[in-house]
Amino acid sequence: MEKKTLSLIVVLLMMSACSTMKDMSNTVKDSLFTYEKVKPWQKGDLAKEDMQLVDDGMLNYADEHIYFSKEAATGGKGVGGGGCGCN
Amino acid sequence: MRSQSFLFLPLFLFLIYSGNSLAAKAPPFTLNGDNGSISLKQFRGKVVYLDFWASWCVPCRKSFPWMNAMQAKYKSKGLVVLGINLDDNKKAATAFLKQVPGKFTMAYDPEGDTPGKYHVEVMPTSYLIDRSGNIVYSHRGFKKSQSAEMESKISELLRKK
Repeated sequence: MEKKTLSLIVVLLMMSACSTMKDMSNTVKDSLFTYEKVKPWQKGDLAKEDMQLVDDGMLNYADEHIYFSKEAATGGKGVGGGGCGCN
Repeated sequence: MRSQSFLFLPLFLFLIYSGNSLAAKAPPFTLNGDNGSISLKQFRGKVVYLDFWASWCVPCRKSFPWMNAMQAKYKSKGLVVLGINLDDNKKAATAFLKQVPGKFTMAYDPEGDTPGKYHVEVMPTSYLIDRSGNIVYSHRGFKKSQSAEMESKISELLRKK
């Protein structure tokens, strides 16, 4: 029985094809997480240098370029992507 | 797949054109300026280049010399460059302005009410407001390469009485 439920969940997850957050419906998101949308003019703290994951601009650029060139088929970072049809 | 993208084409066209020209009344506001309060009303009859900026925003920094130049060049023709600072701490704005002087009208909105009214989605965002208070053009971000185009829009609008 448990196996059946588990496999059902797996199948359902596979049916959703893209399992990233952005593809969830808003109602699902809202029920799972409580969050406040940060306005574009409220990003002062996020813009601080010590808030950056990689604080070296050039290094970050190289990192993202390599990542994107490897992961482009799955959508890589940000927009675009291919195959699954949900971007 | 091909037919699907065809369906989206009108939508894209709509988005592109609606972004460029939205002739709507500019929402009114009254904010603190450097010398007393600043409200949009007082610039009726002038062309207003309204710019939302913050000290932490890099392209904003780049836009300042251009905005200074625009204000100096077109002041006599009736252009008012109005910068609305959105830092939640005014000290940050003051420190920024010491480094990068803003030679145009400045207003401060630490609460961030005005950008909500104007539906600001990126920093900086600027709006070109005509002499009768209508938003005729909006621009997201700042790139030097696009500034000539904006300048021609400003001078075109200044020619209209």
